[in-house]
Amino acid sequence: TGRVPNSKAGDGKPRLLLMGQRRSGKSSISGVVFHKLPPAETLYIETTIRVKKESMHSFMDFQIWDFPGHLDYFDPAFDVDKIFDEIGALIWVIDAQDEYLDAINRLNATILNLQNSYPNINIEVFVHKVDGLSEDYKMDTFRDIIQRVQDELSDAGYENAPVSFYQTSIYDHSIFEAFSKVIQKLIPQLPTLESLLNSLCANCRIEKAYLFDVLSKIYIATDTSPTDIGSYEICSDYIDVVVDIGEIYGWERPNENGESESEIEETGGTDCESLITMERKGNNYLYLKEINKYLALVCLMGDDSPAEKKALIDYNVGVFQKALSQVFPFSNGTNATTT
Amino acid sequence: MNSGKRQKQRKVLLMGKSGAGKSSMRSIVFSNYVAKDVRRLGATIDVEHSNIKFMGNLMLNLWDCGGQDGFMENYLTHQREHVFSNVAVLIFVFDVESREFQSDLVDYSYIVQALGECSPQAKIFCLIHKMDLVTARLRLPLFEERIEFIRGSSEGFKDSVDFFATSIWDQSLYKAWTQIIYYLIPNASTIESLLQQLAEVIDARELILYERTTCLMVTHVTRGLEGQNPFTDRFERISSILKTHKQSMARHTGIPAGSANFAEMQIKTSRFMFFITRLTENTNLAASIPPSEQVFNAARVNILLARHRFAELDISNKPRAGLSHA
Ligand SMILES: Nc1nc2c(ncn2[C@@H]2O[C@H](COP(=O)(O)OP(=O)(O)OP(=O)(O)O)[C@@H](O)[C@H]2O)c(=O)[nH]1
Ligand SMILES: Nc1nc2c(ncn2[C@@H]2O[C@H](COP(=O)(O)OP(=O)(O)O)[C@@H](O)[C@H]2O)c(=O)[nH]1
Ligand SMILES: [Mg+2]
Repeated sequence: TGRVPNSKAGDGKPRLLLMGQRRSGKSSISGVVFHKLPPAETLYIETTIRVKKESMHSFMDFQIWDFPGHLDYFDPAFDVDKIFDEIGALIWVIDAQDEYLDAINRLNATILNLQNSYPNINIEVFVHKVDGLSEDYKMDTFRDIIQRVQDELSDAGYENAPVSFYQTSIYDHSIFEAFSKVIQKLIPQLPTLESLLNSLCANCRIEKAYLFDVLSKIYIATDTSPTDIGSYEICSDYIDVVVDIGEIYGWERPNENGESESEIEETGGTDCESLITMERKGNNYLYLKEINKYLALVCLMGDDSPAEKKALIDYNVGVFQKALSQVFPFSNGTNATTT
Repeated sequence: MNSGKRQKQRKVLLMGKSGAGKSSMRSIVFSNYVAKDVRRLGATIDVEHSNIKFMGNLMLNLWDCGGQDGFMENYLTHQREHVFSNVAVLIFVFDVESREFQSDLVDYSYIVQALGECSPQAKIFCLIHKMDLVTARLRLPLFEERIEFIRGSSEGFKDSVDFFATSIWDQSLYKAWTQIIYYLIPNASTIESLLQQLAEVIDARELILYERTTCLMVTHVTRGLEGQNPFTDRFERISSILKTHKQSMARHTGIPAGSANFAEMQIKTSRFMFFITRLTENTNLAASIPPSEQVFNAARVNILLARHRFAELDISNKPRAGLSHA
């Protein structure tokens, strides 16, 4: 569920803090998720020396602060309030391929430090670089880390700390899925979005519906049926297809206006829409509809979705889009920029 | 027996030093591998054959020739006749990172010599491969330098060798293979004129014919303003997009990538409408048209009606005329 940032001071943008040991993968994560950096190119990222602050202007504005690994945030030389007052989530990155005891000690110290002054901070632990690990070892490491954090915190008298754990890697979709869940906690309207998506799914017999931030491919909401990474993957890959082809043929044609204005009216809309039908049964398989500048609805249809249902989908998506514009007043900023 | 047409078998040799990347590109283009899967490939032992059906009565008979020294020697001596006769195309792959370019050149010149003896009519394509490993700025000068040397070692074929800079990590691979396929298709001009007519009937800005398994472009027709489309590499980019999408579908549905086919994909925006749909047994047709529902619907119907005319050109179509999938 959504939480408002802790303090009203400052610029009011939720802040995502990326912390963890040196070389744990923080800058790589921020590069891959927010700057479309190809994972293989993260090998050339240099060690972060000072805090790197970036603003993302998207369906909602937020900041990502990438911290150097060695920094001691509770050193008196640092203004702790400046760091934590606007915070939305603290993402702690642990390299699962490396020794992680030190990382856990620092994480626990940080959690305990924050406990009193900022009890509302979501603490999100990314057990990272799991791509290099065997399936068994991966699960063992993951459990071990969770166990150690929870044990030490409760030894210190802090029960039920707001800590969540994720297994991530920049080489697959897991990092996007994890970020999606982190961000969803910061969206106050999430329950409303979910129920809108639920009713869309029920009305159109959609298997899974995602509301995506197109640029980052983070999904900000999905219906409440169980999620699996496979559904996320195919929907996210599908966005790539539509965006890429959109770029190729969406180039600005000379004197286009004179030629096609009337035709646009005729199509009844300017939002991008896409549909894939499958070969054997001729059923609809994937559907994408641009909702506004930042967001797109992507749906995975069930096997039993007949092609004639398109009209039904059109109608219900229209309803969804209207409802959405009421619950979610969007800012009209520019696309992602960095400062 | 009574089939009026016979498939045209075309023998293609894929050669080059061991580790140059031959099997990698073959697996990606013809066997639905993705770039990062190729690390699983072992060195090729002797020759691996594959047959690939293409549009227009073309049956590609690909010989992936393991490049370790022992095998190379064998091709040039004991198997000389067997390997080098009746060759339509030789694709020679140079690893751009090779530390022994001189020795690569010597190997190449022996092979060119054997080819000149046994198949003097053959066409040579040289791929300077793994270009992704070279700094972007240095790629072109290095490519041109290599061309000079290689041409110098192409005795008997000097003016007819074609060169491509390739990498499995981007669409340059598709660009090269598209040209190779185009060279091999026997009736490309017939297909093109048919496509041109269709494009005019449906008022398409662009039509692109893709082979279904490989997603390689067979040919395309571009009309009017679309000729100014700034993305001049769009044909191979779309190949690459389609291929990746196929992988993604296969992963999700559990259907093997070879048969994870969509019947149709459509994209409608205020600037253009696009769809890609099955045209014949072995081909998909991609169409970019003006943003109008009417044009869109009419185009789909007309393509349906034109299917049988293309099917006649298609290889695996039985000579029952007018077979349509509608
Ligand atoms: N960086 C880079 N590596 C490549 C590329 N293409 C292939 N490789 C790598 O090159 C290595 C050898 O590839 P293969 O395709 O097995 O080589 P081959 O030419 O078939 O070798 P033989 O079968 O022994 O003749 C593999 O580790 C591939 O991952 C490329 O475009 N870029
Ligand atoms: N195998 C693997 N390596 C990763 C992953 N994420 C980052 N890395 C590598 O870890 C190294 C350190 O990353 P960097 O982002 O500079 O760490 P930072 O100091 O925490 O910002 C780089 O070489 C990355 O390529 C991952 O998910 N898997
Ligand atoms: Mg090989």
